[in-house]
Amino acid sequence: MKLSSLFAAFGLMLGLVAPVAHAADISGAGSTFAFPIFSKWADLYKKETGNGLNYQSIGSGAGIKQIQAKTVTFGATDAPMTADELKKAGLVQWPMVMGGIVPVVNLDGIKPGELVLDGTVLANIFLGTIKKWDDAAIKKLNPSLTLPSTAITVVRRADGSGTTFNFTDYLSKVSNNWKADVGAGASVEWPVGVGAKGNDGVAGNVGQTKNAIGYVEYAYAKQNKMTHVNLVNKAGKTVSPTIAAFQSAAASADWANSPGYYQILTDQAGEQSWPITAATFILMQAIPKDAEASAEAIKFFTWAFKSGDKSAEELDYIPMPASVVGLIEKTWATQLKLK
Amino acid sequence: MASSGLAKTETPIDNNGSLERARVLRSMRLGDVLFESLTRTAAISVLLLGGIIISLFIGAWPAIKTYGFDFLTTQRWAPSLKPQPILGALGPVYGTLVSSLLAMVIAVPVGLGISIFLTELCPHVLRRPISIAIELLAGIPSIIYGMWGFFVLGPFLAEHFQPAVIDFFADVPVLNVIFAGPASNLSLFNAALILAIMVLPFITAISRDVFATVPVVLKEAAYGAGCTTWEVVWNVVIPYTRVGVIGGVMLGLGRALGETMAVAFVIGNAFKIKASLFAPATTISAAIASEFAESDGLHQSSLILLGLLLFVLTFMVLTAARIMLMRLERNQGK
Repeated sequence: MKLSSLFAAFGLMLGLVAPVAHAADISGAGSTFAFPIFSKWADLYKKETGNGLNYQSIGSGAGIKQIQAKTVTFGATDAPMTADELKKAGLVQWPMVMGGIVPVVNLDGIKPGELVLDGTVLANIFLGTIKKWDDAAIKKLNPSLTLPSTAITVVRRADGSGTTFNFTDYLSKVSNNWKADVGAGASVEWPVGVGAKGNDGVAGNVGQTKNAIGYVEYAYAKQNKMTHVNLVNKAGKTVSPTIAAFQSAAASADWANSPGYYQILTDQAGEQSWPITAATFILMQAIPKDAEASAEAIKFFTWAFKSGDKSAEELDYIPMPASVVGLIEKTWATQLKLK
Repeated sequence: MASSGLAKTETPIDNNGSLERARVLRSMRLGDVLFESLTRTAAISVLLLGGIIISLFIGAWPAIKTYGFDFLTTQRWAPSLKPQPILGALGPVYGTLVSSLLAMVIAVPVGLGISIFLTELCPHVLRRPISIAIELLAGIPSIIYGMWGFFVLGPFLAEHFQPAVIDFFADVPVLNVIFAGPASNLSLFNAALILAIMVLPFITAISRDVFATVPVVLKEAAYGAGCTTWEVVWNVVIPYTRVGVIGGVMLGLGRALGETMAVAFVIGNAFKIKASLFAPATTISAAIASEFAESDGLHQSSLILLGLLLFVLTFMVLTAARIMLMRLERNQGK
């Protein structure tokens, strides 16, 4: 056992040092959230053009480290780098694909979309200050529902993740208590609740536990037919998690005036915007070490923006709106030195 | 066979024959040298251990410098706090020790019970099937235990076992704090139970083997003096095999301390220490496995420091076991 765990630890260390890619193949590393769509796109792209993409889902933080160390052609992160950080590291950043994060519950007699919560109430549930389902604050938002007088079981991620980063970023924006006590991050100090591994762990545990609430990516809520919660957005409107609602959040963000596209898509304006929308960002060296590989990567991204939308939606990701894609392509032309 | 062998050695050795023998001897010597260097290489690979400790120490240095001894006494684990995270090992260390000790409290009596049954009382026909079943438990990958604990055992315990225990001890002081509600699918107790099942085959297999080494004469003498089976086991078998049994228990404890995947699935990964065993907790290895991938800076360094702590903890447990064994042997000499 000892020996095997040593080997595992050793393997982990080796894993952190990404292998140097072939000249022709594009290599990327980072976000685990975007891994399914990147591997799908890589598959299709290989069939169409014969060029391969090698993407390692080692986590956003590690992806940033890899691109800074210039061991990969691009990095992918769920938490965008600020304009200052980008400048210092000589990186160019843009959003590539989006996803939604959806609170899910397990309550007898409550159907998907029936329960309505707003940001403050959601934050107070996850802070543990709202302890029971028939709390006055929840009742006020749901006058027509009969809610049980049982304790709320909070289920959250145990592993560090971009999903958690965006969820806690939203709670920080809507609740000062959350911002002061917990903050936003891939792993945070959860005041209450049990931690489960991965989206599937949270989905499984909420499904098994009566009176539980958790948060999962849209794809998991949809594919497992979970009881999602409708949220009150910044404009004060109650919205359901739909592709249109996620895209509305992306369209409402002021991309043009955000250097490095530094926009976290939570709590955006817009009457139809889903409040917990998230984007995965791509990072590339402005003056790449291997210009040839970088040019190949840009070809891949151009292809993905043009013909990858359908496969993204099949996997319940949300493609970037056309207006944003136009901006991104201009950024490539002006900021990347590919020759 | 014997006669033909004799006949061969008796044939006179000519020049050709002695050359032949020298050749065979040389090849044997080559084999010896090869074997020696092979085993030496294997032994040198132990140095890797030193390398791992050094690299752990280098990785953990920023956290050691920042937190110092406070790391051991801080219960908060707030990796996203601005401007600087507050990180402490108390929660994971507590979870590691309590889950492992609880696992041993469950597994040692059961494991010894099984092996006593197998060696002393079990009808011969059943011995092999039961032994094989126990040893099969050791072959199940830990992720399977984790998933079984998550999907089957956890919900079962939370629905049937935990509420009953919570009710039963509701009026008993102290115990009503240790077994306090609410019931949870993922908890410290569940992790300890899974760990107990995982270490059971180690303890059973080793104690069964050492029980089998007790000379039959000793046992028969005890039975002849009118001892009951219990008295034979307690006064003859266990004292005779004490060292081996403790070795098996320590092997199990070592496994329980370091077990990662199964625990990460069922323990609930909460860093706050709660008095109730039915509340979620975390262990060192579960915390590292969960958070390492998306960590950086001081957070990552602290996770590496946790790994170093586990190293030290395991080392201390093994040392304590050695000292205990030495003391036992010395007392026996008196």
